[in-house]
Amino acid sequence: MEFGTSGMLNEDGIHVDMDRLKKGEVNLGTSIMAINFKDGVILGADSRTTTGAYIANRVTDKLTQVHDTIWCCRSGSAADTQAVADMVHQNLGMYGIMNGRPPTTQTAAALFQELCYENKDRLSAGLIIAGWDERHGGQVYSIPLGGSLHKQSYAIGGSGSTYIYGYCDANWKEGMDEEAAVNFVKGALQEAIKWDGSSGGVIRMVVLTKKGANRHLYLPDTQYAVRHE
Amino acid sequence: MTSIGTGYDLTNSVFSPDGRNFQVEYAVKAVENGGTSIGIRCKDGVVLACEKVITSKLLKAGANKRIATIDRHMGAVSSGLVPDGRHFTSRAREEAASWRKVYKSPITTADLAGRMGGYMQAYTLYSSVRPFGVTAIVAGWDSELELPVDGQVGSGPSIGSGGKAKDKKYGGPGLYMIEPSGIYWGYYGAATGKGRQTAKAEMEKLNLAEGKMSLLDGVKEAAKIIYVAHADNKDKEFELEMTWISNLEGPTKGRHQEVPKELLEDAEKLAKKALDGDDDDEEETKDENKPAEADKMEE
Repeated sequence: MEFGTSGMLNEDGIHVDMDRLKKGEVNLGTSIMAINFKDGVILGADSRTTTGAYIANRVTDKLTQVHDTIWCCRSGSAADTQAVADMVHQNLGMYGIMNGRPPTTQTAAALFQELCYENKDRLSAGLIIAGWDERHGGQVYSIPLGGSLHKQSYAIGGSGSTYIYGYCDANWKEGMDEEAAVNFVKGALQEAIKWDGSSGGVIRMVVLTKKGANRHLYLPDTQYAVRHE
Repeated sequence: MTSIGTGYDLTNSVFSPDGRNFQVEYAVKAVENGGTSIGIRCKDGVVLACEKVITSKLLKAGANKRIATIDRHMGAVSSGLVPDGRHFTSRAREEAASWRKVYKSPITTADLAGRMGGYMQAYTLYSSVRPFGVTAIVAGWDSELELPVDGQVGSGPSIGSGGKAKDKKYGGPGLYMIEPSGIYWGYYGAATGKGRQTAKAEMEKLNLAEGKMSLLDGVKEAAKIIYVAHADNKDKEFELEMTWISNLEGPTKGRHQEVPKELLEDAEKLAKKALDGDDDDEEETKDENKPAEADKMEE
């Protein structure tokens, strides 16, 4: 297991997210985000998966369902984040059955955090948990590398997020309607994809409201302008 | 030696031909002889009360508590074998703590009752153990507010989360009684132990299902019920022990605590007064009973 020791960038100039990967590991050099809006939450992500400089998958789905209206955005090691998401998915499924009521986003966030914190030395997983439930409405939690838990209005993550802190800060409004919220996520991810070499491909979104989960897909051939069905 | 019996009662997990489990039934007998315990579910909180029979004049008054705190928002009391009750308490605390560790939030009263029901049922299954000699009453207040995940940083949007279902209420009082068989039900008013029949009859008069009883009234009623239930067992001295859990606006702010001394004494005074009021005729019957009891003492 070789981990880089440099603070921010490796010798090859690849971003710090790559730093924690083992040799040859598949990486989600990523742009992900999730935001609160008037009726719930929206998760968004690019679709690029890389092994070093090679694009292993250009249409990856980094938005992963762990319960009906609780989803997560995955960044870091594809294997690690899939494994963690699978475990939480299984756990929440059991929770729903055994307690006779669906789990809340808090429950999901707590389970994710426990896994990420207790195994911090072995995992490279940067997750954003977003969900909607009847009692709490939409909620966004961020779990960065060390396994801390942050409740936020909106969260951005992955290597591409570094390029859009300014965009998000300038354009963020609380309580946006769905259209404005979708445009905010799309605009931010477009910039992230434009500037970050390890982000790219299509833009995927999931809108979570009382109506359930609704997927969006935007393709680069139309400058992400048209929603693809 | 009178009889060797049928043999179906000698170990756990053996059914009699008509489908009964005698070990469990014997455990229930142990409960029926224990001091009375009750719980009352009020609109703004829950009260637990128990009749602690004094077994020796040398015991320090007010010490040796019988109602235990399971978690900050939850308490339990049991009738029957005291050590079994202690083990119940200790397991309930473990369950509550493990729930907090996994889900980073307090366990609900319903969930704790479910876990403990499962635990007690397991003690009816194996030949190496015996059923619990207690019936336990668990009371709790599930927060009506949205709780953060324990240890989280930040609190989300300043305007609050969007898309909540409107006009729905969450949380509130919880009261469950768990029996030696592992069976558990939710109650408006629960009673177990020696005086349970009297206590139940008294509680039925309170129309608890209407949800109008306030916690402060509940405390007074609980004291009264323990005193009334004790009336059939007058020869033994007892101490009244009471705890309560109010809503977040109430006196305990959602915590399980002892009822304050002054309030407890007031409630006891009222209970004694109420008892004296309708006790005049009972006094006579008691006198009639005296010779009979004296007879019993002979050997």
